[in-house]
Amino acid sequence: MSVTEQVIQPAADIHPIDNLLRADRLPHILCPGCGIGTVIHGYAHAIAASGFDENDHVCVSGIGCSGRAAGYMNVDSYHATHGRALPFALGIAVHNPKLKVTVISGDGDLTAIGGNHLIHAARRNVNLNVICINNFNYGMTGGQVGPTTPLGARGSTAPDGAVEEPFNLPYLAKATGAEFVARWTILHVREFQDAVLRSMQKTGFCFIEVLAPCPTSFGRANKIGDGLHEVEIYRERCRIENGAPNLQDLDIDLIDENKSITVGNFVDIERRPFMQ
Amino acid sequence: MPDSAAAKVRTNQEQRVLTGTHFMLGDHACAEGALAAGMDFFGGYPITPSTEIAEHIARRLPALGGRFVQMEDELGSMAAIIGASAAGARSFTATSGPGFSLMMENIGLAAMLEVPCVVADVMRASPSTGLPTMVGQSDILQARWGSHGDYGIIAYTPASPQECFDLTVRAFNAADKYRVPVFIMMDEVVGHMTERVIIPTADEVPIIRRKGPRHPPGEKPFLSYEPDEDLIPPIAHAGDGYKVHMTGLTHDERGYPALTAEVHDKLINRLVDKIRINAADIEMYEEFGTEDADTIVISFGCTARSARQAVNQARAEGMKCGFLRLMTVWPFPETRIRELIKGGKVKRFIVPEINLGQLRREIERLTQLPVLRLNHAGGTMPVPNAILELIRS
Repeated sequence: MSVTEQVIQPAADIHPIDNLLRADRLPHILCPGCGIGTVIHGYAHAIAASGFDENDHVCVSGIGCSGRAAGYMNVDSYHATHGRALPFALGIAVHNPKLKVTVISGDGDLTAIGGNHLIHAARRNVNLNVICINNFNYGMTGGQVGPTTPLGARGSTAPDGAVEEPFNLPYLAKATGAEFVARWTILHVREFQDAVLRSMQKTGFCFIEVLAPCPTSFGRANKIGDGLHEVEIYRERCRIENGAPNLQDLDIDLIDENKSITVGNFVDIERRPFMQ
Repeated sequence: MPDSAAAKVRTNQEQRVLTGTHFMLGDHACAEGALAAGMDFFGGYPITPSTEIAEHIARRLPALGGRFVQMEDELGSMAAIIGASAAGARSFTATSGPGFSLMMENIGLAAMLEVPCVVADVMRASPSTGLPTMVGQSDILQARWGSHGDYGIIAYTPASPQECFDLTVRAFNAADKYRVPVFIMMDEVVGHMTERVIIPTADEVPIIRRKGPRHPPGEKPFLSYEPDEDLIPPIAHAGDGYKVHMTGLTHDERGYPALTAEVHDKLINRLVDKIRINAADIEMYEEFGTEDADTIVISFGCTARSARQAVNQARAEGMKCGFLRLMTVWPFPETRIRELIKGGKVKRFIVPEINLGQLRREIERLTQLPVLRLNHAGGTMPVPNAILELIRS
């Protein structure tokens, strides 16, 4: 056996998703308590369970902490410009329809600077799976507010609290035409994994919002403490309502302890796939 | 390949290449050049005066098995053609100044990822919205320097519908060969001019494809950014099984982020050098009367058509006037211009162009000799007599 073969031969006690991660890129850049690792874990499990060849999976990210996700996946992976992961992924998916293309990126990347691409990709029903990691702020640049920051929550560019109404992402995704729409948190590991798997089985535009703690930037500014504290909030306040009829009521208020956060698989329909 | 499959490929290639003599619009000739070159993905957004390129491709490409996508904006167009190319497509978009500005962000990405792609910019009078339906040549420096940072690119400047066809074919080959974004810098006059275009047979259209991996997937890790001696690395596509990673961050030979000053300096120098050291192979220009000339007119695009007539007239009047027409502005053919200066006979250059001196700046950089200018900010092109008067002066 050559040295090269030894390098790529998996060890006997290898973890089932080890081959789907770029182990040579570890340790990762993410902070303690960050939720992005759990999302990567769920995506890897969904790939393993998908039944599609690993070589047919492609991961595309934009910019930001969540934008680093693609770089840790041991599939063909692309780290595009800020906001442009979706049109980049469209080019791949349209040119080679055999590929299962997943976009993993953050709320700022996908819904602020990339918001126009999001609504048009959904309208077209491009065969893309979007995992939008929503940590309510711009983490990598140090905790600025964005279009998903709950009203009143603090950020470095809103020291007295956010004054803008945030996006309700499942409502937006449904309204613009997504075939599959879900919201989970990183506490809901299995439900999230199943939602990703479901989106891989579909041939249209799928959108999964996944709430994830950002203790370093968002948590600290909003007295949420460490990552575990935010996950406790998910546990106490999340209410699962699959197929929730009124997506317009799905606003998130992290500050008001009396308001629940609705999670679930909300939409699962068929539309004419793009370019078919 | 079974006979029927071979026949099918042949038929497709024959349908792609409209062999024959045509009376054709410059924009359409550009589109036909892209089709003949095997372009199979177009992502674009309508903008005057380039729209006829997109419309023509929308009519022709789907029947040839390619994909035409009208994107939501030029940010998306540029991102989509890079993605498609990363999946193996010969990809293309067409635009004009305002759209070209929006594309700059991802032109930098294409340069950094070294993903081949071709952009036609049909120049109109600018800046901003300017004169949308009228001619300009003022995107020349933007083509070279428009995205932030240092990188190399290639830009062709056709002066006729025939060259719109020929140079577009060349642009696709150069993009693949050098793994760079390549621009076809047309101008409104050339794009909207109808002239004779001779399209060769499919066999006569030269096709140079990008270098691929030299080992099967899985045998050993594939290095997306390990360059050969020509400084250009082979490329593997999404779905090929090589598990590539590409990032706009500074990266090492594996494509992994490597955020150090040393890696950055090495990478960026290579991105610039891969065009610089291959400049002689890339540069194209047409030249006459320069061997004994004391005055040389340097021009490109539609302006070169007026300049040619002025130089011919001056020579007919006995003046020692030469003509250098640039068919690539980038890389700028500075070796040839330095040779002409070194020859010692040239006393001055004349540079007519439809901008306020973008090409002239490049020539002034090379010489202490006078560089006379004939500029117009856009909306009209210089007439031959104006150039002739300057030659006579």
